[in-house]
Amino acid sequence: MTTSLNKPTKVRSLEQRALGGKLALNGVLLFMAIFTLAPLYLMFVLATYAKGHTFDLPVHTWFGTDMPLNYQILLEKANFWRAFWNSTYISIMSVAFTLFFCSLGGYAFAMYEFKGKKIMFGLLLGTVLIPGLLGLVPYYLIMQQIGWVGKPIALYFPGAANAFGIFLMRQYIISSIPKELMEAARIDGCSEFRIYWAVVLPLLGPVMATLGLTTLIGSWNAFSNALVMLREQETFTLPLVLRSLQGLSTTEWGALLLGTSIATIPLLILFVFTSRQLVSGITSGAVKG
Amino acid sequence: MTTTTKKEIQRKSFNWNTFQKDAAPYVFVSPFFILFAIFGLLPIVFSLVLAFSSWNSAAGLSTMKFVGLSNFTYVLAEPEFRTTIYNTLWIAIVSGLPQHMVAIPLAYILHTQVKRFKHFFTAAFLVPYVTSTVAIAIVISVLFSEQRGIVNQFLLWLNDFPILGSIIPDKDGENYIKWTFDRNYTKPLLCILIFWRYFGYNTVLYLAGLQTISSDIYEAAEVDGASRIQQFWYITLPLLRPIAYFATIGTVVGNLNLFDEVLILLSGPPAGGQDHSGETIGYYLYYNAFIANDMGAAAAVAWLLFILVLIITVLTNLAFGRSANSTEA
Repeated sequence: MTTSLNKPTKVRSLEQRALGGKLALNGVLLFMAIFTLAPLYLMFVLATYAKGHTFDLPVHTWFGTDMPLNYQILLEKANFWRAFWNSTYISIMSVAFTLFFCSLGGYAFAMYEFKGKKIMFGLLLGTVLIPGLLGLVPYYLIMQQIGWVGKPIALYFPGAANAFGIFLMRQYIISSIPKELMEAARIDGCSEFRIYWAVVLPLLGPVMATLGLTTLIGSWNAFSNALVMLREQETFTLPLVLRSLQGLSTTEWGALLLGTSIATIPLLILFVFTSRQLVSGITSGAVKG
Repeated sequence: MTTTTKKEIQRKSFNWNTFQKDAAPYVFVSPFFILFAIFGLLPIVFSLVLAFSSWNSAAGLSTMKFVGLSNFTYVLAEPEFRTTIYNTLWIAIVSGLPQHMVAIPLAYILHTQVKRFKHFFTAAFLVPYVTSTVAIAIVISVLFSEQRGIVNQFLLWLNDFPILGSIIPDKDGENYIKWTFDRNYTKPLLCILIFWRYFGYNTVLYLAGLQTISSDIYEAAEVDGASRIQQFWYITLPLLRPIAYFATIGTVVGNLNLFDEVLILLSGPPAGGQDHSGETIGYYLYYNAFIANDMGAAAAVAWLLFILVLIITVLTNLAFGRSANSTEA
């Protein structure tokens, strides 16, 4: 018990040292957070300043009043909301098809025993290693042959059943859906597709959110594929329209930054509410479940 | 023997229920294999044929001619191609290494020191990853604008300090840095952009890796008197190896395929920066295919890129002490 007399002072000094270190480390984190957020904050701020004030010094740190003006210019220079709708449509279709195909495939790999399953799954995982640029040229030619160049379907359909999604679904289904459920449904006279549709699918909420989110982000931001596939202004997605605005001889910075802001806001809002799902989507491939 | 009799029995008494049960898994996985065959495998086989052919794409498939290795010899003899290989590797290393050197300690700090704001910080670091390349590139071109961009203004301001001023490239304040043009700065600019975009993504990966390390190991080490630095060096780093492997491969492959950023940021003139200084292999491929309309050369570039990716992946595997054909991450 005598040692307890000395203890408090020693503990306090340790605590103080830990506190100092903790503050320093949090400072590092805060610095990095500012580093990532500042450019985007500036994008939103400068979207509210008219042409000619984008490069004012000192740098604007708070919102201005020229947003309506920028908005007008944005609509004059580009069919912005049409592009917004195109992006929305492609993203929704992309998410819908990806979730359907990947959950179906993942379900089969998780719950059934069938001949060739191991080889098929190996092939599936192997496709991840193929770089996208390798087949780019003939991919375009094939799209031309089947008449999909310039059509939204070229952007949401071909990649819908992908290895990452099927792998993700399989991992989740293996760990959370008991096989007994299938048996019970079979005894009740369900067809195999009905078991998937009516019994398993409703239980896939969390993994659907995860895969849906990563698919949505990828689809909303897709650039090079859209650039190669879409030729008409009418079919342009947001990234294409924004880039075409940048190419103009005198760039309307205010309008352009307003455009990028509007294009970024939906994902940011979604991200704020679902970042945990996104994190689990990113890490599910990396950490063995 | 047993399987044939089983099949015979099945064939004799055809039963819809057993049939749909046996066929179901094949039907369920078929979308992947059908889509992959049409949009993945077929293009690759076709690109192999293309790489050995000369072909006027506007005149139809009938004009295709076998030309042996001439696409490859043509591309390899082009000084521009060698420049793009050099650029791609330069950017891959200079943007890739710092990402991990920052992400690992950052993930460690987040894991060990932060409780309440952990989620806030991870989310903040991931925001660039969620934002589109186009939006980012446009903001970057404002920040790094030649005349009055914030970054150049900041560098000018740093000039006034006695010691810092001597390491700032443009001292006179007349020649602002032409980030998207000058051959000395296009690659660093791309690297800054890639670092900004992906270090948070890697931090999240490493954080996930750290969470799989049991705290018992640290407790045991602490009892043995290991300092925090020692724990990091001798426990955390070795146990992070599987994740580091996964993250490194992702960075390597991503960096070697770099394309969008170059196209948007260095759209020129001249495209790709002064003397092709920021042009990557991916951009060179795109240029050959869709602007120069030389599909054969583009296909040859694609295969050379693939070989390069393969070699570097094998080297990465060796660096991590894994066999090259291990698919586990």
